[in-house]
Amino acid sequence: MMSKYVTGAVAALALGALATGGAYAQGTVKIGLIVSMTGQQASTGKQIKAAVDLYMKQHGDTVAGKKIEVILRDSGSVPDHTKRLAQELIVNDHVNIIAGFEITPAALVAAPLATKAKVVELVMAAGTSIITEKSPYIVRTSFTVPQSAVIIADWAAQNKIKKVVTIVSDYAPGYDAEKSFTERFKSHGGQILQAIRVPLANPDFAPFLQRAADAKPDAIYIFVPSGQGGTFMKQFTERGLDKAGIKLIGTGDVTDDDLLPGMGDAAIGTVTAHMYSADHQSAANKAYVAAFEKANHFRPNFMSVGGYDGMHLIYAALKKTKGKADAESLIAAMKGMKWESPRGPIEIDPQTRDIIQNIYIRKVEKKDGQLYNVEFETFKAVKDPVKAAKK
Amino acid sequence: MIPSPAAIRAATEWLSARARWHPLEMLFWLAAFAAIFVLPDQHLILTEIAWLGLFALSLDLILGYAGIISLGHAAFLGLGAYTAALLAKFHIVDEPVLALLCGGFVAMAVGFVTSFLVLRGSDLTRLMVTLGVALILAEIANRNGWLTGGADGLQGVDIKPVLGLFPFDLAGHTGYTYCLIVLFILFLLARRLVNSPFGLSLLSVKSNPLRALAIGISVDTRLVIIYTISAFYAGVAGALVAQTTAFASLDLFSFDRSADLLLVLIIGGAGYLYGGLIGAIIFKFMQDYLSALTPQYWPFWIGLVLVVLVLVGRERITSWTTPIRRLAARLDWRTTAHLTAPSTEEPGH
Amino acid sequence: MITILVDGIAYGMLLFVLAAGLAVTLGLMNFVNLAHGAFAMAGGYVTVVLVNRVGIPFFAGLPIAFLVSAAIGFVFERTLYVHVYSKNPLDQVLFTIGLVFMSVAAVDYVMGSSQVFVQIPNYLKGQFDVFGISIGRYRLLIIVLCGLLTVALQFILAKTRFGSRLRAAVDDSRVARGLGINVNWIFALTFAFGSGLAGLGGALGAEILGLDPTFPLKFMIYFLIVVTVGGTSSITGPFLASLLLGICDVAGKYYVPSLGAFVIYTIMIVVLIWRPQGLFSRVGSR
Repeated sequence: MMSKYVTGAVAALALGALATGGAYAQGTVKIGLIVSMTGQQASTGKQIKAAVDLYMKQHGDTVAGKKIEVILRDSGSVPDHTKRLAQELIVNDHVNIIAGFEITPAALVAAPLATKAKVVELVMAAGTSIITEKSPYIVRTSFTVPQSAVIIADWAAQNKIKKVVTIVSDYAPGYDAEKSFTERFKSHGGQILQAIRVPLANPDFAPFLQRAADAKPDAIYIFVPSGQGGTFMKQFTERGLDKAGIKLIGTGDVTDDDLLPGMGDAAIGTVTAHMYSADHQSAANKAYVAAFEKANHFRPNFMSVGGYDGMHLIYAALKKTKGKADAESLIAAMKGMKWESPRGPIEIDPQTRDIIQNIYIRKVEKKDGQLYNVEFETFKAVKDPVKAAKK
Repeated sequence: MIPSPAAIRAATEWLSARARWHPLEMLFWLAAFAAIFVLPDQHLILTEIAWLGLFALSLDLILGYAGIISLGHAAFLGLGAYTAALLAKFHIVDEPVLALLCGGFVAMAVGFVTSFLVLRGSDLTRLMVTLGVALILAEIANRNGWLTGGADGLQGVDIKPVLGLFPFDLAGHTGYTYCLIVLFILFLLARRLVNSPFGLSLLSVKSNPLRALAIGISVDTRLVIIYTISAFYAGVAGALVAQTTAFASLDLFSFDRSADLLLVLIIGGAGYLYGGLIGAIIFKFMQDYLSALTPQYWPFWIGLVLVVLVLVGRERITSWTTPIRRLAARLDWRTTAHLTAPSTEEPGH
Repeated sequence: MITILVDGIAYGMLLFVLAAGLAVTLGLMNFVNLAHGAFAMAGGYVTVVLVNRVGIPFFAGLPIAFLVSAAIGFVFERTLYVHVYSKNPLDQVLFTIGLVFMSVAAVDYVMGSSQVFVQIPNYLKGQFDVFGISIGRYRLLIIVLCGLLTVALQFILAKTRFGSRLRAAVDDSRVARGLGINVNWIFALTFAFGSGLAGLGGALGAEILGLDPTFPLKFMIYFLIVVTVGGTSSITGPFLASLLLGICDVAGKYYVPSLGAFVIYTIMIVVLIWRPQGLFSRVGSR
């Protein structure tokens, strides 16, 4: 492990030297990393950027004789801006891979470009199911929302939760989360008392929570975009719903590792299903979290592993193609790729190019004075349920 | 009292001088068209500048010429964009130019209806009413996901070649040429409009509505007309966005768009038509340069530029260009330019 | 039902404390300070740092948030804002938006872009029941604190010498100047006080609204709504407008959640068409 850091440090020095010396045109594989570093989604962008940097620091910037160059662009989560940046990266900078994409419309707007220019589009964050179907060159290393939503529905049904109120944000991933959960939960004989949708730009959850509480469910199922979880959690306990015996379940977005430490004891006991927790018990993850926290001042969250594994996928694919960086070879190499990620074993589905991974059921607990999502049940090798259902 | 013939002649002369082309203007457009051939690798950002310029021009029509300040102009941008994108998606109107006009007309219709909301009230009231309209439209688009695609944005838009001849390419060559031509034509129309008697009456409405009313100018009618026209322009700009990106998203309606637009126009200066275009060039290149330099913290530098710009005073900055302008004036072969022009010709005032 | 009303009032009160300073600035100098939210954010972050990291008690953090924001407001007013009052309104927009951009990026740089929360003491968490009606403790605290502040504000404005000078300056600053009132000084103090209030609001609101670097942009719309609907000629206007908006927003979301986001905007447009100068403006003032 130690030697890895030493080589990493050497590589980082080499990177610095090269960056000033100018990049080679030949023998370089360029990755256009388009994430939002400013605006509402900035925390996601920073997580991904930090993970990408970390991977390159650990593994060097040369693979299969090719130098890896990452060009970072700020999308500000604006789709048409994203498209222009992607287009410029492809046309002017001749990138081989465009990566990043923290919101669904950004990933979708770039899809025709990937197809037309024959460039790999590596989705490191956005979680709507349909994305990978929009171009044969799209690969995803993050997750799909239904993966987690369906699993938590299974778990809820097995654990004596009968009546549920769903609260989701009023936009596409929210609908995905609501639909997948509801269908699966009902198929187990569960009952949805109410389906509430809250406006995306919503400063105050109080009235929605009050409405949910008045319906007297066994549990509230929640999906909010990464970043709003904290506010929700605070208001959930403020309302005393935890004391009224109402459980809180959801996808892992609500107990985002990035925000969890700041949520306070309010979050304790929340049960969520997701693919990554900073508390995941494996050697790979311990090393990852330690290195990540050392390099940054925050904890890695589920978005960061999308970036980290995305880089791994690129490196591994390049090794397999022996440095050939055209989209056809890369995609062929990426399909069916399996490896051990900090989140556990993962695989790129050869058919859909989407990710297959374990989904863990976790409960928020306090460990050494810090809040963590502690995993206690594992659903192995979960495929995207939406695409699986289509077959 | 009947004005003397000399006064009439002086007035017509002043009017025609006002409408005459200045060499700098010609230079501006020559440069813009030359960019088609000279700067092929900048076409993508230039495309964005072209539609942003048109969008800013549309705001200039109401702000610079009629004094209506709006913080919801993105409403029309979004309407135009969704109209053009939907028409293309469902193959109702496949030809982009026609779809472009449709986008403009839909925005225009909504502009006409909502124009009655901005007739009264202070600047702040108008700001908030226009903003409210844009936010409500955005929410409607979000709710009707079956049609608009909701927060995912409208996918599957396939834009056919312009006039059936010129397909949109990856490097944005067609996109830029197309946007620039549309911008130029609409600019010519706007230029004609503001130099017409109608345009002059608008200025009088802007500077003193009461007096304008007293000399028999129907203030409300004029405001409604210019607001409607402005909405058309913004709709066309939106349609250009949708066509060059083959996409439309809720973001087009957002508050940030309207606010950025206001910045663009103020940077360039309102009330002389070129302000929006120049502002778009400055703002976009500055943003692009800074955000490539420091993707995380570029807003800080933009903010700093804006603050310094105001503290130093825009007049003082534009005054650096006075020698150049004087030179340009000397280069002007038309001697009539010595006529005293009103201050509205001056940029930035 | 009562619970919803209490939630709405708390929300409205919070909006009022956040926006009150803006209303005064606007009424006094006819100056749209879009950067107002940045002062609120400053107060919020000061509290977060003090309470979470340094570990001082929550109730000690609140007045410090007020003082720090007020100090920042005062310094900014004296060094930067004074140069901008005489500029045209569009320049003022440019200037204050520029400040917002800078504050957003600067806070992002110092504090990171994730949402943060103030750790409030345990006895403020949860609800208690009064005759079967559950009321959130923290919400009640907000109502009490903001209520007291409003009364104090009203007292200062109506009964003190400073208040009467301020009112004179708002009504007609030229005549006020002529009477020997130092309008500039009054304005600086008022600006600082308004910023301080915003900072206090930011500190109180962090728990309910969440706090991240985009705060000034996210809530700019809400502040402007309060000020335009309430009018700027008095402090009661924005106060009543805040309450109205808070209650309507919360009740609208509770009873017709499907209309959620529409309620507040629709109210605003209807009010502004009906009363372009704001709901509670006195006839005859600016």
